Amino acid sequence: MAVVVPVPAEKRVAQARMAPPSRFGDKAFEWLTLAMALAVVGLVFLVGWQLAHGSSVAIRRFGFHFLATSTWDPVAEQFGALPFIYGTAVSSLVALAIAVPLSIATAIYLTELAPLWIRQPIVSLIEMLAAIPSVILGLWGIFVMIPWLRTFSFPLLKKFLGWTPLFSGPIYGVSMLAGGIIIAIMILPIITSVSREILRSVPDLQREAAYALGATRWEVTRIAVLSYAKQGLFGAVILGLGRALGETMAVTMVIGNTPQIRASLFAPGYTLASVIANEFTEATTDLYLQALFEIGLVLLGITILANLLAQLLLKTMGAKMTSRAVQ
Amino acid sequence: MTPHKIICLSLLSLLGLGAAASAQMTINGAGATFPYPIYSKWFDEYAKVDPSVRFNYQSIGSGGGQKQILAETVDFGASDGPMSDENLAKAPGKIFHIPTVAGADVVAYNLPGNPALKLDADAIAGIFLGTIKKWNDPKLVALNPKAKLPDTDLVVVHRSDGSGTTYIWTDYLSKISSEWKEKVGTNTSVNWPVGLGGKGNEGVAGQIKQTQGAVGYVELIYAIQNKMPYAEVKNSAGNFVKPTIESITAALATADIPDDFRFSMTNPPGNSAYPIAGATWLLIYEQQKDAAKGKKLVEFLKWAAKDGEKMAKDLQYAPLPANLQERVLKRIDEIKY
Repeated sequence: MAVVVPVPAEKRVAQARMAPPSRFGDKAFEWLTLAMALAVVGLVFLVGWQLAHGSSVAIRRFGFHFLATSTWDPVAEQFGALPFIYGTAVSSLVALAIAVPLSIATAIYLTELAPLWIRQPIVSLIEMLAAIPSVILGLWGIFVMIPWLRTFSFPLLKKFLGWTPLFSGPIYGVSMLAGGIIIAIMILPIITSVSREILRSVPDLQREAAYALGATRWEVTRIAVLSYAKQGLFGAVILGLGRALGETMAVTMVIGNTPQIRASLFAPGYTLASVIANEFTEATTDLYLQALFEIGLVLLGITILANLLAQLLLKTMGAKMTSRAVQ
Repeated sequence: MTPHKIICLSLLSLLGLGAAASAQMTINGAGATFPYPIYSKWFDEYAKVDPSVRFNYQSIGSGGGQKQILAETVDFGASDGPMSDENLAKAPGKIFHIPTVAGADVVAYNLPGNPALKLDADAIAGIFLGTIKKWNDPKLVALNPKAKLPDTDLVVVHRSDGSGTTYIWTDYLSKISSEWKEKVGTNTSVNWPVGLGGKGNEGVAGQIKQTQGAVGYVELIYAIQNKMPYAEVKNSAGNFVKPTIESITAALATADIPDDFRFSMTNPPGNSAYPIAGATWLLIYEQQKDAAKGKKLVEFLKWAAKDGEKMAKDLQYAPLPANLQERVLKRIDEIKY
């Protein structure tokens, strides 16, 4: 806000003689950044519009049934996306269940506990994990992880947890659980590095204050660090979820690609992103292509919905924290 | 050298390159992945025959190949399945189907000791419909009295990605089983009654190799490369035939091929024909828009049909039999430019 201050007459004359300071640079910068920001928003809308346009016939033809039925039959041109939606949701949740505790624990170790000399090497290693191409992870999944899961981990899980529906039924190796594990490996680096940055930004004053009150190391971490960084950590998890929802190649290679809804995590599943990757290249009929476009639209919708929900959660979380602080 | 001179020289060399590039013609194609190895070999070899033309082929899949030739964004398309009447009606001109080579789907499996297996149409349909569930099913035992078949579940593996391999497979099943035809049908991907989906031939092959009791279909070359056992299949003449280049070419020779070359060669008559095989096609407009390009394309097609076919065997593709080759050459002559 510009504040108008009355200027004495002699100064006014001096100012008139000098060239007025140019504001062009500032304005140009403002417009430029605005254009960039709008371009990103525009891009999201354009993608959404394109997907909606590409699937308009399928949307009209199947309506709400597309989201609620489970038959995917390219021959009879009957398309229902429910098993894919289920697969995307479950595999992402499994991935979060595995990756979140691991990454946050790693981040805590790296910022609070680890000796200084070991921090950088571990950070570099984790970041290297993010650089492995998806398809390489998938191949590793097929040839190393799956045989290992099938012979060791899954039978063990079945032995101890087989009484729950989650770990029952025949073991093929390729499964919803395998898909979730692969996604977990892929989102681990991003959650870890974002969490680490957030924990590092917790002011040392917080920790010192807690220590001064006689807190143990664990208490300091819990009270002073984690509760301070809660919102940020939640944001890191949401970033991970965003990636998990859209993971394609590696998941396709280990999830079994069977459009079905089963309670057991040992049963093969299918995700929205996988069915697009699998079937898009050879889809020759119009309605088939339209249905695949609609799958893309659903995926975009789910991603946006997940992010909106997260924003909402963050807001209520923030409100609670401030109200507690006021009390 | 002064900066000016460097700039001048590099500009000159750029111009020179530009001139060289414009003298060379590029013919663009897109489509099927299955014949990609042999097509790229052909383009490579043809560069020695006629250095003035260069081919650029994108193996984006048969669906993409059909779409791009319809949109006229490429000079030729390629597809593992013939185009449907519906799609052909959308074309701005008449499209020729030019068959190039053929390949086979084999029934690969993984059993303890890997005994040699024989299968017939009923057994294969039963396995993929899910009515045959165990390896020691009476039907399988009757076909293979000497093999030791365990009392374990069959783990069926199929392709999860849309593919020409699946098209051939489901086309065969639709021909031999009315139940399959009714319930599932023929397409590049279908609603599978049973089984796990593996991505690509390598995904299916990997899955079968790792899982005891698994059975699935892959292209012949993948079974050979992965040293997997594959079954002999009973053909319509009642003989058990092993999939080989010769038995695929035999199937091509006896298949009923209509004048527009949109044929299916699964389950053909013929004593030595392997029944689960399919051809792959190039898609080309009868009337070429660019006369110079059209001429070069026709020259290449003729070379491919005569000399190119000889390279097929090395890459495990079945070449066209003589009677079909003659008909194809005649069709190539009908292309106008």
